[in-house]
Amino acid sequence: MSDAVAEAPVADAAAAEIDASLPYNNAVPGAVLGRWAEESDGGLIVAADKLIPLMTHLRDKEEYDFLSSVTCVDYSKYGGKLRAGVSERFDTVYHLYSTSKGGGHVKLHVRVPENDTVPSATAVYPGANLQECEVYDLFGINFEGHPNLRRVLLWDGFNGHPMRKDWHEAYYDEDAKPFKSRHPAKGYEFHEDKLPWGKNTTYPEGWDPEDWREPITYVPVSQAPGHDELGELDTESIVVNLGPHHPSTHGVFRMIARIEGETILALEPEMGYLHRNHEKIGERNTWLMNMPYTDRLDYINSMSNNLGLALAVEKLMDIEVPERASYIRIIMAEFTRVINHLWSIGFILNDLGALQTPALYAIEEREMILDLFEEVSGARLMCNYMRFGGVVRDLTPNWIKRALYLVHERLPHTLDELDRLLSGNEIVKARGKGVGYLSPQDLIALSISGPMIRAAGIPYDIRKVDPYCIYDRFEFDVPTLPDGDIYARYYIRLLEARESLKILRQALRDIPGGEVQGLPAFASATIEAGFGTIMGGRGGYSFRPPEGEVYQRIEAPKGELGYFLVSDNKANPYRYHVRAPSYINLNGLGPMSVGYKIADAIVILGAIDIVLGEVDR
Amino acid sequence: MYGTGLLKGLGITLKHALDTFRDDSKDVPSRYADSIQLDNRRRIIEQPIDQEGLLTIQYPEEKRLLPERFRYIPMLIWDTQKNEDLCTACGICAKVCPPQCIWIVRDADENGRPVARPAEFYIDAAVCMSCSFCTEFCPFDAIKMNHDYELAVYDRYPQLVYDKEELTVPVEYYAALWPSQYAAEEEVRQRKEAEARAKEEAKAKAAAEKAKAADAPAQKRSPEELQALKEQAAAKAKAARSGGAAGGEDAEAKKARLEELKRKAQERAKQRKEQGE
Ligand code: SF4
Ligand code: SF4
Repeated sequence: MSDAVAEAPVADAAAAEIDASLPYNNAVPGAVLGRWAEESDGGLIVAADKLIPLMTHLRDKEEYDFLSSVTCVDYSKYGGKLRAGVSERFDTVYHLYSTSKGGGHVKLHVRVPENDTVPSATAVYPGANLQECEVYDLFGINFEGHPNLRRVLLWDGFNGHPMRKDWHEAYYDEDAKPFKSRHPAKGYEFHEDKLPWGKNTTYPEGWDPEDWREPITYVPVSQAPGHDELGELDTESIVVNLGPHHPSTHGVFRMIARIEGETILALEPEMGYLHRNHEKIGERNTWLMNMPYTDRLDYINSMSNNLGLALAVEKLMDIEVPERASYIRIIMAEFTRVINHLWSIGFILNDLGALQTPALYAIEEREMILDLFEEVSGARLMCNYMRFGGVVRDLTPNWIKRALYLVHERLPHTLDELDRLLSGNEIVKARGKGVGYLSPQDLIALSISGPMIRAAGIPYDIRKVDPYCIYDRFEFDVPTLPDGDIYARYYIRLLEARESLKILRQALRDIPGGEVQGLPAFASATIEAGFGTIMGGRGGYSFRPPEGEVYQRIEAPKGELGYFLVSDNKANPYRYHVRAPSYINLNGLGPMSVGYKIADAIVILGAIDIVLGEVDR
Repeated sequence: MYGTGLLKGLGITLKHALDTFRDDSKDVPSRYADSIQLDNRRRIIEQPIDQEGLLTIQYPEEKRLLPERFRYIPMLIWDTQKNEDLCTACGICAKVCPPQCIWIVRDADENGRPVARPAEFYIDAAVCMSCSFCTEFCPFDAIKMNHDYELAVYDRYPQLVYDKEELTVPVEYYAALWPSQYAAEEEVRQRKEAEARAKEEAKAKAAAEKAKAADAPAQKRSPEELQALKEQAAAKAKAARSGGAAGGEDAEAKKARLEELKRKAQERAKQRKEQGE
């Protein structure tokens, strides 16, 4: 600890007095030091040394068994008033939810001085694993007691921690967009002119790229409860790299597996090949500019990514959304879910070796939905359709008619056909049943969400337990299957797609009339007012949300997609963090694969259903 | 019985295969039903939403009919009546552009005072993310999304850095690509004009104007017309891009031209600064 730390208020306050009016202080004395950003969606400030006891209490006594998000904020350039007098540079932020009670979160902030360490939450929630690695990688925070703290997105020769506010990339322009050089002519330089190569790479001190060998210290370790007694690795076991360039990895992704014969002893995911520091870009961008960037996260589901961000900013700014726009949003989000589940069913089968046929049948139907997306938004994949306060444009005439045809005729037929084609297939059953099993408790502990846990019998769906948008108006079930294996993960998606069709039928039936009938369909774009008028008038592209922070999660097709935003009342988000379901679900990949054959690892990965755009961000 | 699931599945694939063959053996397969034949090989296909059988199309001979809102790379609109750019170099599009790929130089008159028109206008199409924010926020309807998606070139730079000349299209081209949007904008424009006039003129006359405006530009483009327009635009773009010989020299020439433009822009900026001081 440095000198600054010794006199930091954290230690003082904890020692001085215990405020019993703060929650949980009776159970874990001195754990909660105060409240943070109460005006908005704030949280509790927690003493670093009491973090683990508090988390244990919350998990065991208060049923907060699900650690949704772990992230960090570097407050060194924070412009708001709330941090006045606080000397610690970083806050690590934890969002806890309860899968049994449902409802909202408990948010913990731990203040961390520079160069200090925080106790690792993996002791209580093994699911903190990858997220803490990410915080370590991008912020340089050390988590004490983390079993395998490593650079997970960047490589070991990367200099610095890019999410720190004082880190600048090569060809750095300015801290915030819009950049001044673009208009009206202040000497914009083509970046290409600054090439060729070379000058844009720096290495950490004492680092020599020539000497670098990939560290083998992290011979895959498994961390799930119940899987840590692997014992001695057999001397005859070998390490096999699956990927990064391999079609089965669904992108550029690597699994490092230690195998004996064909049996997997341990497996570790290795990602970051598609890392572009989405969050740093997001903090340079204005609030609105982030919308098209979210398309590029999980590029199969741009509509639901859009929805998550829109809801988060609306929560932060208290924006009301017109009725019709909410319906349109639900329709798009559910169509996206159908697309995603069709796609993932197709590709689970692909990974099982049913090369292309089921996948192509599934994709055919996806094309029809994409046609609809393209018609309203102008793009099939990168829809960029939602805006804060609505959607960008109303539906086109006839759109609803076509959508109705899809949800009443075509898609149910397709789902039935896929069901007939696959569900009874003996090969699918033989390869899927009992493979990749993980108990429900382990899944929750590993922070896994979405269809993955519903396939293990946990009826946890954010649309039901913590409804957002207008989901509480629709009748639908949350299907679950008890088995928790590959086959269940395939089948649950089919069932969920059917439920989505149910929602779609209701939404398409109930949607109120459009512009023609005098109902504002959308807040953000009318020919009359000019496109993009959010807060009135043509300057709607730039606005300053009030100081505070917000965490908004939605049930994205792949699991819990969360946006954590911090505003210091500027035109750019101070912190923009995406809780990516694909990434966090990979926590389970190792534990799920251990003991199965190497060919199964491919399907196990396929059934998690990852998209690398979202994993690597 | 073991194997029944498999056989059932095979039955479904067989049905799909037969469907496709049956469909293809017709004189006009269902995927060609609403398509437009351009010549023996080329077609524009509008896929019906209930299509069965084969769904793939034979690009590049066959192409999809794009919906109006399709967005690709922006284009600048040239007002053919007034013979000028609609753009006023206000810079809003450059401000909202998420990847900051628009670069505008405002024009200046002889005395160095800024004029509301762009001297240069660049979009780096390799960086553009086709978000269409620029078009949403432009207050003058001066920048719109083009439908031309065949932009492949050998080098990213400078070919994909489009200058004003390459970006500019006549307003008729826009009206043909985006008929209903254009009509709606036109209506608003007309109405605003009419309203302004109404302050001075009699109400009856203003109403007549409106009625006239409403039915003027609303016809839907015919696909042939669209194709013709597209070809025209493509030819124009090609001419603009090649400006003579193709290949290496071309790139060199363009690079030199860009260098020259950059130099000029910087000079102008410097001049302005000096004058300002
Ligand atoms: S295109 Fe529109 S927004 Fe951009 S500078 Fe010209 S007038 Fe302004
Ligand atoms: S479409 Fe988007 S990325 Fe492309 S130039 Fe316009 S604002 Fe920029």
